[in-house]
Amino acid sequence: MINLSWDFLADLQLLLQFHFMQNAYIAGTLVAILAGAAGYFVVLRGQSFAAHMLSQVGFPGAAAGVLLHVSPVFGLIVFCVAAALGIGYLGRGLDAGHRAESAAVGSILAFSLGLGLLFFRLYAGSAQGIYGFLFGTILGISERDVQVTLAVAVVSLLALAFIGRPLVFASVDPDVAEARGVAVRTLSIAFLVILAFSVAITVQIVGTLLIFALLVTPGAAALQLTARPVRGLALSVALSIAFTWVGLAFAYFSNYPVGFFITTLAFGTYVAIRGAKSMTAVMA
Amino acid sequence: MIQSLQAMLALDFMRNAFVAGGCIAFAAGLVGYFVVLRNQVFTTDALGHVAFTGSLGGLLAGLNLLVGVFGSCIAVALAIGTLGGRGRGRDVAIGTVFAWVLGVGVLFLSLYTTSLSAASGNVGVSVLFGTILSLQPTQVVVASLAGAATVVATLAVARPLLFMSLDPDVALARGVPTRLLTAVFMVLVAVTVAEAVQAVGALLIFALMVTPAAVAQNVSSRPWLGMALSALIALAVVWTGLVLAFYISYPASFFMTTLAFVLYLASRFILKLRATRPSQEASGSS
Repeated sequence: MINLSWDFLADLQLLLQFHFMQNAYIAGTLVAILAGAAGYFVVLRGQSFAAHMLSQVGFPGAAAGVLLHVSPVFGLIVFCVAAALGIGYLGRGLDAGHRAESAAVGSILAFSLGLGLLFFRLYAGSAQGIYGFLFGTILGISERDVQVTLAVAVVSLLALAFIGRPLVFASVDPDVAEARGVAVRTLSIAFLVILAFSVAITVQIVGTLLIFALLVTPGAAALQLTARPVRGLALSVALSIAFTWVGLAFAYFSNYPVGFFITTLAFGTYVAIRGAKSMTAVMA
Repeated sequence: MIQSLQAMLALDFMRNAFVAGGCIAFAAGLVGYFVVLRNQVFTTDALGHVAFTGSLGGLLAGLNLLVGVFGSCIAVALAIGTLGGRGRGRDVAIGTVFAWVLGVGVLFLSLYTTSLSAASGNVGVSVLFGTILSLQPTQVVVASLAGAATVVATLAVARPLLFMSLDPDVALARGVPTRLLTAVFMVLVAVTVAEAVQAVGALLIFALMVTPAAVAQNVSSRPWLGMALSALIALAVVWTGLVLAFYISYPASFFMTTLAFVLYLASRFILKLRATRPSQEASGSS
């Protein structure tokens, strides 16, 4: 435990004095920007389940990356993008509400997590390594990971900016968009691939199992507060960055896992916003 | 072959695993049949998360791991049953809640592993991915008894439960106590999840509770036959997984999830074959 002073600048210096924390903050910020932006569309399009699924399929990818001595982020990207293309190929049928499909998805998820476990055993990795990929870590982000994260984030954000306007249209009213000549299906697959990239780099910070906290909750909170797309996007990104920065700082100063702090911040914010909204609804 | 089987069964931990795993699998397959029929797959996912946090919370509080798992699962299952945890519009809220539950579990894990010796560091991995080969004697007894009790209870309510799952409105009109039955079913699911967590782990319970049932429903549309098939498939998956894990020293849960997945793919294939030959289907399924 490190004692904090009330001098903010001194604390900040304390926080960023180690190289791994600088890396965690750089990667974390990039992740938060992309996750916040992509997450807004995830909630708008009702695809939170796809995000959940992509992240779990990413787990064996990360393990395979470790096993093959390449960076885990490469494994994550390969597995997530492949899964995204698979979901896109299967199309709308993959809906969590449908009985047969949810059973299919459940079977695939259990299989992919089991595969991840096998890869970790083959590598003879420590329990700590598995926890890192499942629940996130602030320790494991190397120089190379930061570079990959930067490249992925920039490319994905550019792509998202490029398709953003028709994507909002296609998400809010797919039928009208299709009638107006928007390529809804292509857009949907393009977005899934962007989502796969977002998931792949987000797993580095919060892990496979806690991905909702950065990829879904900020977008959901933003959509509770405003219906305007640009404002909502900005809010979602801001919340995502705030959760990451505060979560990383708490984890650093307290020695408790970063995943706990980020999910708690996300959960608390979401509950507060929902509570405030129903309060105002009652008052009005 | 017989000799090597004897050698395997001479080992205490293997016998324990076969007995406990068998009871767990049979119960999971049976209860899972209704889970899939009622489209509550994601309730089991959520309960698996709760089981992770509950078992670590139980350990941290100095209680038995089993107390934490069973207590937390039953409490949350009843809460979901009362609030009506289904419904697609709320998946964001549900996802946020359960991500947080896991986050709390991670906190418990780090509190537990730092407060005790380094040897406890694998507790989390065991809860997440199962410990069937290193069950404690009390766990074997509890798992077997709970498994048997779950099977008996499920069979006892199977008929009205089936009625209610297939047509809730008519069942209610005919005087089936649907609310009570839903609560009973949720408790059965909770107990089963808590058991299955010990066999395949919190993250892989789908392999025992969902996949065998999905396979059974792909193969047969008759409810009683489907139930029996589902339970037997789960049993086969666990026992075969154990045998494979004994000879090839990879994790048993890996073999179980893979077997279940392969069976699922095969059943999808059968389903497709039947669909392309509709005339045979019409004459065969009557």
